[in-house]
Amino acid sequence: MTTNGGISPQDAKYALETRDMHVYYGSFRAVKHINLNVERQKITALIGPSGCGKSTVLRSFNRMNELVPSARVEGKVFFHGKNLYDSNVDPVEVRRRIGMVFQKPNPFPKSIYDNIAFGPRINGWQGTKADMDNLVEQSLRASVLWDEVKDKLKESGLSLSGGQQQRLCIARALAIEPEVILMDEPCSALDPISTLKIEELMFELRRQYTIVIVTHNMQQASRASDNTAFFLMDNDRAGTLVEYGPTEQLFTNPQDKRTEDYISGRFG
Amino acid sequence: MSSVSQTGNTSSGMPTDEAMHRNIAQRRQRGRIWQGVLFASTTIGMLVLVILLATIINESFGLIAVQSTVDPATIADRPLEELSKEELIVILEDNLKRRVYQRLEREQPLAERDQAALLEIVRVEVVQEEVVGSWPLNETLFNRAAIEAEVAEEFPRAEIQFRSWINPDFLTNPMSSVPALAGVRTALLGTLWMIGITILFAFPIGVGAAIYLEEYATDTWYNRIIQTNIANLAGVPSIIYGMLGLAIFVRAFEPLTSGTLFGLTDPTTANGRTILSAGLTMGLLILPVIIIAAQESIRAVPNSLRQASYGLGATKWQTIWNHVLPGAMPGILTGTILSVSRAIGETAPLIVVGASTFIVTDPDGPFSKFTALPIQIYNWTARPQDQFRDIAAAAIIVLLIVLLTLNAIAVLLRDYIRKRRSI
Repeated sequence: MTTNGGISPQDAKYALETRDMHVYYGSFRAVKHINLNVERQKITALIGPSGCGKSTVLRSFNRMNELVPSARVEGKVFFHGKNLYDSNVDPVEVRRRIGMVFQKPNPFPKSIYDNIAFGPRINGWQGTKADMDNLVEQSLRASVLWDEVKDKLKESGLSLSGGQQQRLCIARALAIEPEVILMDEPCSALDPISTLKIEELMFELRRQYTIVIVTHNMQQASRASDNTAFFLMDNDRAGTLVEYGPTEQLFTNPQDKRTEDYISGRFG
Repeated sequence: MSSVSQTGNTSSGMPTDEAMHRNIAQRRQRGRIWQGVLFASTTIGMLVLVILLATIINESFGLIAVQSTVDPATIADRPLEELSKEELIVILEDNLKRRVYQRLEREQPLAERDQAALLEIVRVEVVQEEVVGSWPLNETLFNRAAIEAEVAEEFPRAEIQFRSWINPDFLTNPMSSVPALAGVRTALLGTLWMIGITILFAFPIGVGAAIYLEEYATDTWYNRIIQTNIANLAGVPSIIYGMLGLAIFVRAFEPLTSGTLFGLTDPTTANGRTILSAGLTMGLLILPVIIIAAQESIRAVPNSLRQASYGLGATKWQTIWNHVLPGAMPGILTGTILSVSRAIGETAPLIVVGASTFIVTDPDGPFSKFTALPIQIYNWTARPQDQFRDIAAAAIIVLLIVLLTLNAIAVLLRDYIRKRRSI
């Protein structure tokens, strides 16, 4: 996929790099001084107590924060060496390359097929009907939903169970062939079995995609991620990145006292 | 009632068991009183509605006494119905004044008319049948003997018939100064034309403004002023809109609304008092209501849908077109139904804009002179003769049917959209 003045993929160790990023809502600084490198084709978990700014950081990766009129991002977020917040970068292209799965499953009130076909269609799909059928199947297979829905592609996406809906949303995000998938607490509304399925799916997807996941569930972070970033609210109520490193190290041998307190369940 | 628990109450403020039971009984009693009040309100509302419908129906059907000035037996040797077309024409030639005959011939040559039409002309012009009395449905059903006695005394030659004032002829006849011959065709067509223009004008503009205000406009002081103004405009009396329409559409935009701009020079409509002016005025009237309803339903579209769409790389317009509008459409249609229903029944603005009260030619386009059902009803109820009251009631039924039909169409459309979105 080529673009003019946009972002073009290249091989690098990091998919996303933030440099001294601050996010403001109006005059309120929600997160400050974020320096975080997201490794390619790894799962990076963002953990921390409520209100510490993990979701805000996640949403600044695909410029979803801009949907809040008062939100403002300072600093830089590099994606393949290109600052996502440069004036010549179109947020539409950013979101096309960095997909997102939300906390609550939010399929469109359309058929399962159309839920997946929507993304490619609005992004200027040029293939035939057969190509689209193929893409829908591939996306549903990639999100391990195909076997459950292959006979009812024309039924509403809303007719599925919560866990299936969330996998449909993942399939929908995969259909536009992003490089990074952002997941904002994708399992918080799901039962343990559906949660497990999503986690297995994440491991599958890691081969091809870079995944950043926000989670409240520390077990989930420890079993389903390669790297973990721990956020905490500072005294001025702005979220900061306390510690970032390989998940195993962060959970077994945290360098910061606050991280240790949090993961051992002493607060939060 | 026996208490559920006998444990002593130690906390200071909470009532003892006995006091609690009394208190529960009191609270339940209060609930029952309110339930009764609510039921009474519903009943009163229903009762008023039933009385309204009963009155209208009562006026629309009933006995009439018909009397002819000339005895049919003196014109023909057989009952008039049995006469052939040619025989009827001969009767007309013999009995009509030259001038009347020529006028009828000019409107449409008699030879080209069918037997039923000629029979009607003979009845009206030659025999001069006349409704000399009419009675509502309740008297017809319960007091027939008295009516017959009254007619026998006052109009010995009159004949008593049952008449449904609402009948196919009533729908297809144009206006007439004789109540028995008057119909609502011109008014019905006028209303339909006007409502069509109103919807075409107000719906796109209203929905467009709502989308802009909800999705694009930022929260600035002038946008807040616009918002407040729209809310207030929804409450402005309709006659004010009529004056606005008179000033703008009838006067200022006369070349446009009279059609002269498009080369139409109909001498009878050499001014802006046309269907177009009326439709646009009604459009202005319901515009604020549509905008507010559309804004409400656009706001009700869950934000998660917008985010999902943006998250897939959709532009703002793609998100609005594919998700916000389809999601809001049922609500928008509901608001439109309500406001159009209001527009159909509005009379005051039409009077100000200049609806004709007596017009026999059908409206044939947006630049025609027109009348509308509410104008017609208003006009008929203001006449002194009893029979005009009867046809006014019949016209009200027609108006209600038009209203219900339009509403039904819109409801079906709304349900269809809703169903298609939840396949």
